[in-house]
Amino acid sequence: MALSSIAKTFLLTELLAGMSLTARTLFRKKVTINYPEEKTPQSPRFRGLHALRRYANGEERCIACKLCEAVCPALAITIESDVAADGTRRTTRYDIDLFKCIYCGFCEEACPVDAIVETRIHEYHMENRGENIMTKDKLLAVGDRHAALIDADKAADARYR
Amino acid sequence: MADLFTPWVSLPEYVRATVWILIVTVALILSVAFTTLWERKVLGWIQLRKGPNRVGSFFGLFPGIFQPFADVIKLLLKEVVVPSASSKGLYRIAPAITLISAFAAWAVMPLDPNLVIADIDAGLLYLLSLTSVGVYGVILAGWATNSKYAFLGAMRSAAQVVAYEIAMGFALVGVVMAAGTLNLGDIVRAQEGGMGNWFFTWLFPLFLVYVIAGVAETNRAPFDVAEGESEIVAGFHVEYSGIAFALFFLAEYANMILISALTAVFFLGGWLSPFDGVLVADHPLAASGFHWLFLKLFFFLTCFIWYRATFPRYRYDQIMRLGWKVLIPVTLVWILVEVLLVWFGVGPWRK
Repeated sequence: MALSSIAKTFLLTELLAGMSLTARTLFRKKVTINYPEEKTPQSPRFRGLHALRRYANGEERCIACKLCEAVCPALAITIESDVAADGTRRTTRYDIDLFKCIYCGFCEEACPVDAIVETRIHEYHMENRGENIMTKDKLLAVGDRHAALIDADKAADARYR
Repeated sequence: MADLFTPWVSLPEYVRATVWILIVTVALILSVAFTTLWERKVLGWIQLRKGPNRVGSFFGLFPGIFQPFADVIKLLLKEVVVPSASSKGLYRIAPAITLISAFAAWAVMPLDPNLVIADIDAGLLYLLSLTSVGVYGVILAGWATNSKYAFLGAMRSAAQVVAYEIAMGFALVGVVMAAGTLNLGDIVRAQEGGMGNWFFTWLFPLFLVYVIAGVAETNRAPFDVAEGESEIVAGFHVEYSGIAFALFFLAEYANMILISALTAVFFLGGWLSPFDGVLVADHPLAASGFHWLFLKLFFFLTCFIWYRATFPRYRYDQIMRLGWKVLIPVTLVWILVEVLLVWFGVGPWRK
């Protein structure tokens, strides 16, 4: 062993170099986000909880074409349809199983009328068995409650679609 | 003040000793609690995180200051699961052995020029024997659990501690030779007269060996193969839960504090001021006292956390090689050098 490498070993230079590195990071700016009070910025394309949208006159957008059901890679969407009183085709059942859903956004991309969307809502939970199934009523309710937010997000993303 | 002191001094010796034992023990348990918080904070900062900052604060200062108490309450409320195939008595007594030996060692610790609970002449021997007893807690825990992971962890710990205790012992032989006494208070007094007389200057290799062996002795990173969570889950305390686990945890941190304090006492002049002999004699900074011991202790304690944040864990054969083939020869060589220095009257110990 060369004398220099012996000196290097016994003077612990490598260890001191490592420790000086960690000592420097000790004083660097911290990247922690204090979550409930602080939040990271979100993209308008964020894929969170699903919603069904309506037209401005209150009519459901969904025409029961079942493209979303067909494209869903996780088979999370179940749709049943019938002819409504006004002669249009409408869904009688539109269920999304949130435990199956992988939040890929394919349903949103497949939809010809922009009915099913994924919103930026990601802070939700279930407390009882069965609450993971988003029924048509629940999806429409989410869409109605956050209509302004969804519209703004879709408008922001419109030029890229 | 005089009114306060008169009844205190008039108390019998054993009452005063008991009061001091209580004070030191409570202070130690609190220190251990806040050491765990300090470790999580420093580790967090080094990893660019903020560390625990949720539980309590003093008027917006020190967020997370009550985290240790939340942890303790959580562990107290959890169930202690005793494995059915374990040796029940040993299983229960093992955490107590590690903890008692870690706390009992403080009896001979010179905290202040005038304050040591038991001022005994064989203080260093008492310390060495107690730290050895502490290993029995680990071995018994691993053995009594009757789990292969715990057993492997205990065996690793036993072999490692035996190896490093020798290096540690030899490093302390150098200190004893320099100080000419086994009494810890007298070891500190032998280092009086400025920083140049502190033993870490003339015994620098022994100082390094002692620090490294101290880390290995407490089973801390990078020598924490006894826990080795990547290969043996959690080592010797794998089957301990609730407050039984907390006792091991407490003992580990108490041992860290103990080793830090001992490093300060043996090599950095304990309670002595680093400005002694540099500043004028009556300058407040030159006065020796507990605060200097505390600062040195705190520095080494932070170093323990710093090592953990910096170094990856040693492989087991590397630990053995370092202990037997590097540290022990280094101490032996330096003891020889020290013998020559003393013989020719070089250094602070020419008497």
